Amino acid sequence: MIDALTAIMWIVGSAFALLAAVGLLRMPDVFTRMQVSTKASTLGLGCLLIGAALQLGDFGSFVRVASISAFLLLTTSVAAHVIARASYLADVPLWEGTVLDERGRDLHRSPEGDRSGDATTNDA
Amino acid sequence: MLEMVTQFALVMLGVALLLAVVRVVRGPTLPDRIVAMDLIGVLVVCLIVVLAASTKVRAALDAAIVIALIGFVATVAYATYVRRGHPE
Repeated sequence: MIDALTAIMWIVGSAFALLAAVGLLRMPDVFTRMQVSTKASTLGLGCLLIGAALQLGDFGSFVRVASISAFLLLTTSVAAHVIARASYLADVPLWEGTVLDERGRDLHRSPEGDRSGDATTNDA
Repeated sequence: MLEMVTQFALVMLGVALLLAVVRVVRGPTLPDRIVAMDLIGVLVVCLIVVLAASTKVRAALDAAIVIALIGFVATVAYATYVRRGHPE
């Protein structure tokens, strides 16, 4: 029973990790790639950790697994935000199919237009 | 059965690592490579967790914790590096 649950969790988790890597390879720009790659660290690693906790089954490894899971759930979003902000401010080109660029719109620029000018105006 | 599933999961994680390495090599910009390195760190943690559970080596989970910590700090440091090249 526990082996079957572990097997299901590991198959689902490794499938999520592989899909995240495929998405990282196929997505068109940095921001969509980042959105895909954070799925690996939440869903993929979460499923793999549940399987590992079921398989190991003692209290010490459960605490370690829970701490890895909580830490990654906290830091993945922070890291993704930091990279997204840095790459936007570094003028990484958006995908040409981007429909909404709120910051560029607030600065009266087109989505793919030049964002290199007065980037200091509304930067918190 | 679990041995087969373990090997299957390890193969899929290995292929995912290879695809992430391809993105690191191809770029095309520095933030792309940073995102790919972040994903590589997460995939290494995944590999260590699966190996620790399948071989019952519980000490490897501590290594996974350390790699997760270092991966976060490295990502934030890379992002700071990107920002430093483009001051506001």
